[in-house]
Amino acid sequence: MIKKCLYVNRRAPYGTSYALEAIDAVLIGAAFDQDISLLFIDDGLYQLKKDQDTTEVEIKNFSPAYRAFEMYDVEKIYVSEEAMAARSLKKRDLVVDVEVLSDSKIKDLMDEHDVIFSF
Amino acid sequence: MSILHTVNKSPFEKNNLESCLRYAKPGSAVLLIEDGIYAALVGTTFEKEVAAAMEELNFYCLGPDMKARGFSAGDKIEGIKMVDYAGFVDLTVEYDKVQAWL
Amino acid sequence: MKFVIQVNEGPYQHQTTDSAYQFTLAALAKGHEVLRVFFYHDGVNNGTRLTSPPQDDRNIISRWSALAAEHNLDLVICVAAAQRRGILDESEMKRLDKDAHNLAPGFRISGLGQLIEGVVQADRLVVFGD
Repeated sequence: MIKKCLYVNRRAPYGTSYALEAIDAVLIGAAFDQDISLLFIDDGLYQLKKDQDTTEVEIKNFSPAYRAFEMYDVEKIYVSEEAMAARSLKKRDLVVDVEVLSDSKIKDLMDEHDVIFSF
Repeated sequence: MSILHTVNKSPFEKNNLESCLRYAKPGSAVLLIEDGIYAALVGTTFEKEVAAAMEELNFYCLGPDMKARGFSAGDKIEGIKMVDYAGFVDLTVEYDKVQAWL
Repeated sequence: MKFVIQVNEGPYQHQTTDSAYQFTLAALAKGHEVLRVFFYHDGVNNGTRLTSPPQDDRNIISRWSALAAEHNLDLVICVAAAQRRGILDESEMKRLDKDAHNLAPGFRISGLGQLIEGVVQADRLVVFGD
C-alpha cells in the first residue's frame, strides 16, 4: 500500500539533530516506495541554505543529502513563501529546487496527505 | 479531511501555536497538551488570538496537564473543551489524521 | 483503530514519553490496537535498563516494559539513533564490538523501516516530541 506521507520540517540545522534524523526517515520512506513530500516551514527553511561549512563546529555537514533526494525519487520539496520572506531568503539561496507555496496552498498540502511526520 | 493539531509548548516559549494557527483549516481541531495548555488560559496576552481562532477551529485542552500545572476548568477560555487521555484518543479517531506541532 | 505512536524524546528531560505512555494506555483501554511504539531521536533513551529514578517518582522505563509485557506491545528502538546514543542489545554489542549492552525488557532494536511499515498498516500516527 502506498500512503501520501508529508514530512514537516520546522527546525534549523545543527542546533538540534532533528533535521539530520528526518533525512534518514525520508530516505527509508522512499525505499519503501511511499509517496513522499517534504515541507519546510519556519526555521526548517534554514536546513536548505546553501554554503553550509561545518568544519569549525566539527559537526557533519548533511546538506548534500538534500541534493541526493532526487536519486530516490523524492522530488516534491515545498517551502513556505511567508517563511522565506520573513528570513529574506530566495530560491537561489537554497541547495535544491523547491516549490514555493502560499499559506493557503500549504493548508491544502497538509489536507491532501494521509500521514504527517513531525520531528 | 480535517486534522487534529496537537500543540505541546507554551506560546510564551515557542511559536508552535502561532504556526499551527497559520496553517490550520476551518473545521479542524487544536488540542493543547503538556506546556501547550498555557494557551488555553484566560488573562494571558494570547487570549484574544486564541478566542479569535476558536471561531473557526475546535479547541481542546488536556485536563491532566491543566491540573498538573495548577489550573482547573474555571481557568480556561470559555468554549475550549477539556478532555482527558481517553478524550484525546477519541479526538484522534474523530479527526482524519494528527499533526504534531513540535 | 490501529495506532502507531512515535516518541521523539528521552525519559525525564521532556514530558514526551509520559504523554505517549498515557495516550497508549488510554488507547489500549478503549480497545484500540497499538501496532507499534517507535522510539526515535533521543526517544531511544527510553530503552535503557540502567536508570535508577528516585523511588517516589515514576519509573518510566519499567512502566513501558510492563505495558509491553501486559499487552504484547511492540516497542521498537531505532537502530541508527540508538547507535549514536549508546543503546544496545546483546547482538548489537557483539556486532559493534562493545563491552556491554543495556536494552530494557520488552524493547527491541530495529530499523526505521519499522516506523514506515507500521504507518502504512495503521490508521493513525500520533507523534510525541518536543
